[in-house]
Amino acid sequence: MENEKFEPKIVAFVCNWCTYTGADLAGTSRLKQQTNARLIRVPCTGRIDPVFIIKAFEKGADGVLVSGCHPNDCHYNTGNFHARRRWIFFRQLLDFVGIDSSRLYFSWVSASEGKKWVDVVDGVINSVREKGPFNGYKKLNKEIEIPVK
Amino acid sequence: MKQLIDISKELFESKQVGYIIGYAEDKFKRVKPFVAYSSLDTERFVFNNNSVNNLAVYLTRLPKAKEGKIGIVAKGCDIKSIIALIQENQIKRDDVIIIGVNCNSVVNQIDEQFSKENTAIKCKYCQVRTPAHYDYLVGEIKEVELPEDKNFAIMQKLDSMSAEEKWNFWEAEFEKCVKCYACRQVCPLCYCEQCIVDKSMPRWIDSSATTKGNFAWNMIRAFHLSGRCIGCNECERACPAEIPLSLLNRKMGMVAINEFNYRHGTDINQPTLIGNYNVNDKEDFIM
Repeated sequence: MENEKFEPKIVAFVCNWCTYTGADLAGTSRLKQQTNARLIRVPCTGRIDPVFIIKAFEKGADGVLVSGCHPNDCHYNTGNFHARRRWIFFRQLLDFVGIDSSRLYFSWVSASEGKKWVDVVDGVINSVREKGPFNGYKKLNKEIEIPVK
Repeated sequence: MKQLIDISKELFESKQVGYIIGYAEDKFKRVKPFVAYSSLDTERFVFNNNSVNNLAVYLTRLPKAKEGKIGIVAKGCDIKSIIALIQENQIKRDDVIIIGVNCNSVVNQIDEQFSKENTAIKCKYCQVRTPAHYDYLVGEIKEVELPEDKNFAIMQKLDSMSAEEKWNFWEAEFEKCVKCYACRQVCPLCYCEQCIVDKSMPRWIDSSATTKGNFAWNMIRAFHLSGRCIGCNECERACPAEIPLSLLNRKMGMVAINEFNYRHGTDINQPTLIGNYNVNDKEDFIM
């Protein structure tokens, strides 16, 4: 296992109205991107409870990307403003308990920014690949594994 | 505490209150929360260095008074949580009568004698020994010597650690958690009808006491209290595993002060931090 080249697992929470559509545009425009990111579509960035992000790390994600509409472009007018204020707290909380908050990425990508989406995803994947795997939770997951006889 | 008993009696006799939440000694001379339902009960009220409990927690837990308002005996820090509850629309200002008490700091370990060493750490930086908000005020301020702030040293040490070292520190702490939820039950601001940890479809937080689930629970609790915790440190006092929960809450409180210059529970009319937004919030971390 250790000799295998490390391929990061990225979970991307994207909002239905901007980033998901933007990622869709990147696909229909045949733009090349790396495929390590698993997209999870949510109605709005305001819908993203920080517990989702913790769950993603628990389930073995090496990095998490959260992306939504630019400020003032939110489909629900204020969802991303509420989300942004939450993240200011959540990032520093993660840092404080020892989950490097540089594994958590945020971006605003609109529905027309297919190219920006590709750049963001590639950038995230490359920088997580440099950081290496996130081992904190992997160690804890072993603790509760039931040994197979 | 004749002043306190007189005021409570008067409140009952003028039928202003249905009950008054306060402190009383039990038969072992231990100070405990006590609810007085008649002016006779108020004879038992006491307030001293052993009155550690934050009684604001009962405002959302006890049934409403049949007639009249709810009276509450509260120290400065407890009054901050009462104000926080009013700010968050959990109680109405007109429904409570606050009997503020001048506090001369409280003990850390309940069964030991009050002394400089045995003083709660939260008292070190207390700015509300005389409460900021009250209907009646009783008691006198005395000069007290305060202990070293041990937690601040731990926080500074944590801030200088690498992510992995911090993770190991918290892993050793959270390993001890037995998921008794005493921190939640004792917290005046944990008033959700259904806590996220009790939700089972889907189950977001592992309910078994594994280190993994403990991480999620304690992180999410700290997050739900970020910008809201008023620092009464009741969670840490109630914790049977002695996890330094106040570090997490204090860190989040510092973020609220540094980023937004906001202190929860200081002004009844101030809008809450989480639940509101500003178009100009900082976003230097967003690509």
